[in-house]
Amino acid sequence: MSHSASASAALAHEETHALESRDFGFWLYLMTDAIIFALLFATYAVLSGNTAAGPSGRDVFDLAHVAGETALLLVSSITFGVASLFLKVDRARPAVLWLGITLLLGLWFLVMELSEFSGMIAEGAGPQTSGFLTAFFTLIGTHGLHVAVGCLGILVMMGQILVKGGTAPVRSRLNRLGMFWHFLDIVWIGIFSVVYLPAVL
Amino acid sequence: MEKVSLPGLQRYLTGFVLAVLLTAIPFAAVALQLLSSGAALALIAVCAVIQVIVHLYYFLHIDFKSTPTANMFFLIFAAILIFLMVGGSLWIMSDLHHRMM
Repeated sequence: MSHSASASAALAHEETHALESRDFGFWLYLMTDAIIFALLFATYAVLSGNTAAGPSGRDVFDLAHVAGETALLLVSSITFGVASLFLKVDRARPAVLWLGITLLLGLWFLVMELSEFSGMIAEGAGPQTSGFLTAFFTLIGTHGLHVAVGCLGILVMMGQILVKGGTAPVRSRLNRLGMFWHFLDIVWIGIFSVVYLPAVL
Repeated sequence: MEKVSLPGLQRYLTGFVLAVLLTAIPFAAVALQLLSSGAALALIAVCAVIQVIVHLYYFLHIDFKSTPTANMFFLIFAAILIFLMVGGSLWIMSDLHHRMM
């Protein structure tokens, strides 16, 4: 009896330890991802003047469109936060609902980004036009790819919460996905501050 | 009612209001063209740095008390790497650009 009690206590300790080391590993991944984005930003900053007689940022960027994308990501950050708070107090259904709202906002952001890309390519401002546009599509496209993976992650987490409930591993996974999602919002601050706003100044 | 059942919501809401303000200020400055381009760039940079810190604290819950030391160490390590690599790249490339003129 006491043996099995101490064994389950050891197991619980082991689970906590395992989840903490996963949080740390995921944090290391986020830091390396931040370095990748920083270097894409540096590449963009170096190449942003090289328009090769093609369109410049002022010609192809639409500030209202960017403000819309910014609002979507910012609101999705707080809806994700609300979802994780609901799971913390063991309210699985509202957590899934708020994750669903976050997913819709993320997908809406992707639709806006893809419509911007296809509009630019239709105008002859595709990635092959100039160094500036190559760097632009690489940086924004990498961020968009991350958002798409984040949306897939949200979908998976909605399924896990519905099937498994708010167990410790599920909460831990949602916490890491939240770190990823908030991290993408931080990268977007860099994108509108480095790419869009200076170009239309 | 939800505020009672959701401890921690206040932190997200505070962060959200600050983030909206710090986003609206540079967008408004650019859209209304109130400043010279140098002053506007400085304003954009300052708002961006503050907003990154706001997001780290209010959304990612990074602070000097509860965040594990190792996580904080690698955050600062990454920041130094980014500063060296981005700053160094921009310095070298702008220097090269001036020499090629």
